[in-house]
Amino acid sequence: MNNYIRLGHGSGGKLMHELIHDIFYRHFGHQELKKGADSALLQSNGHRLAFTTDSFVVNPLFFPGGDIGKLAVCGTVNDLAVCGAIPQYLSAGFILEEGFSIDELEKIVISMACEAKNSGVNIVTGDTKVVHKGMADKLFINTSGIGYIPEYAGSFASNRKIKKGDVLIINGTLGDHAIAVLSEREDLPFQSTIKSDCACLNHLIHSLLEKKLHVKFMRDLTRGGLATCLNEIAQAQAIDIEINETRIPVKASVEGICETLGFDPLYLANEGKVVIIVSAEDASEVLETLKADDLGKESTIIGRVTSENGKKVIAESAIGGKRILQMRTGEQLPRIC
Amino acid sequence: MKYVHEYRNKELSQKLINAIHDSAKGEYTFMEVCGGHTMAIQRFGIPSLLPPEIKLLSGPGCPVCVTEKSYIDTAIAYARLSNTIIATFGDLMRVPGSSSSLELEKALGSDVTIVLSALEALKLAQNKPEKRIIFLAIGFETTAPGTAVAVDQASKAGVKNFFILSAHKLMPPAMKAIVDEGIKIDGYICPGHVSAITGSAIYEDIARKYKIPCVISGFEPLDLLQTILALMRQVNENKPAVEIQYTRAVQPNGNTRARTMMKQVFTVADSEWRGLGNISKSKLILTEKYQQYDALKMIPVEVEPTISDKGCICGEILKGLKTPLDCKLFGNECTPENPVGACMVSGEGACQAYFRYQPQTETT
Repeated sequence: MNNYIRLGHGSGGKLMHELIHDIFYRHFGHQELKKGADSALLQSNGHRLAFTTDSFVVNPLFFPGGDIGKLAVCGTVNDLAVCGAIPQYLSAGFILEEGFSIDELEKIVISMACEAKNSGVNIVTGDTKVVHKGMADKLFINTSGIGYIPEYAGSFASNRKIKKGDVLIINGTLGDHAIAVLSEREDLPFQSTIKSDCACLNHLIHSLLEKKLHVKFMRDLTRGGLATCLNEIAQAQAIDIEINETRIPVKASVEGICETLGFDPLYLANEGKVVIIVSAEDASEVLETLKADDLGKESTIIGRVTSENGKKVIAESAIGGKRILQMRTGEQLPRIC
Repeated sequence: MKYVHEYRNKELSQKLINAIHDSAKGEYTFMEVCGGHTMAIQRFGIPSLLPPEIKLLSGPGCPVCVTEKSYIDTAIAYARLSNTIIATFGDLMRVPGSSSSLELEKALGSDVTIVLSALEALKLAQNKPEKRIIFLAIGFETTAPGTAVAVDQASKAGVKNFFILSAHKLMPPAMKAIVDEGIKIDGYICPGHVSAITGSAIYEDIARKYKIPCVISGFEPLDLLQTILALMRQVNENKPAVEIQYTRAVQPNGNTRARTMMKQVFTVADSEWRGLGNISKSKLILTEKYQQYDALKMIPVEVEPTISDKGCICGEILKGLKTPLDCKLFGNECTPENPVGACMVSGEGACQAYFRYQPQTETT
């Protein structure tokens, strides 16, 4: 009864992880793929390269704070940056539905060009396909990206050992992207002024790496939200993480919508947020560096590593109760990115 | 966030927790009837803060969980009819029927739409006059008035293509049935939103006849801690009564307008409950006047024979006899992605609450 693709398989949560392990890893099998990192780290003639790909199906195409084009550039740039790479070149593949407005397409392409320029990458190759009306919803975009690991980021990209007592930092409020996209959808009965946090984080991240601070690990938050991201980190690094829910920044308006509709901000999508694990002694300098950047003004410590031999994420609630934070399950909000 | 953080204040919580620890004399078993309470208790980690003498059981207050499997099979049969749209609350999508689920039927081509209210389903019917819209009307006294309003509006506007498949249930008969089964409960944490409609009188029988303390609770941690303390005091003083802790939402008389509406549209009937069996006068069905909106009466459909769950102990969990951790399937064969029983599907189900929040579970 369950051997079919459901929306949950694309949610960035547990179901998707199972699909990736059971189908893709099983048949593709390359060790670099199986690391499950945001980018593959490759050697080429002595140079260290990072390579990644991402597809975008957000609905609607335009939302407060961004559009599918901006998202397509930021998503791929961020996947490269969190691995310590300087993003350089992107590809752009378009799947277009017959009848889609060329004016809208151009707006999206201009947005991509603008974001690429801001983040210092060049779009150097592409592809265009058109399908019959009804066979795709307006426009889907795929971008792939390549970047190099600069010397100063070399030791970061070599997987520094995470230790007990290391702290977790996030660069701002959670859930803005999900709520901004939702508020544009016709079928939900509310309006808001919340803007998506969609942004390229490569300059912010490299301001940290350039200073050679003891950053151990970074991952950008996407569909599964903070809870899923932390679970991925805990499992991949075999550590226990404890976070304090009262220290997690959430805008009051986002929290209000979450309370009303029954969403948990810890599971909402973000497109301009990164979790950083850093040694306790470097934490304040990392915070200071982050806060100097517009994209890191609200950076804060949200928790710490409590064991070097584990896989659990524990959350302490506002009243001091503790519970296990699970990976996102099922599909809360389809087509959010 | 105003009006929320006040109810999650750590200092005040600590005072209540201290008072709860000081008041503990012997053992207490309290049942939270409402699925919203189950979720809040787990989400805020309340069990980790209580003394071991207090045991909290989850009751039959998650509408999805108590909806009988044959209802899901009927909804699936309707989903397979041509020219028909099933309008449902999202939680029902993934509940396994005997051989399928609404989610699977949708993936295979049936028209199944998630709505947030009965009125949204009615609007859908008005926008698509060429289709039959069947609204899966589930829930307790909380959602029944909404369905009643939609049916009444459909009647007034002369809408002919809107139908409901009613599984609306009533809370007090189930609460009594649990006690009648001999399950030992020292106090009921009574549902907040149901009581906002019904008022507090519906629990009088339980407090007087069954001698079980009843406290109507809100959904924030301070509400729940205060409710637990109030129940302990009633037990300690041996004075079972109905108290309203959730005074900011619940009036003793409830919402009279909503109740009038329910009375106008619905009448009571006996009903099957998942886990609890047949409970007399526990279901709401449409009165004679509104028969033309009753899907079962108006749209004949062949439903496959219902196959009962194997190994799933949802029934015992709903009665408070067992906890999700007692189930062999829990976290192994039965997870939110691949649920076997309804308690794992619903966002308010005890199994999902335990799966998502319980500190002891090692399921990943």
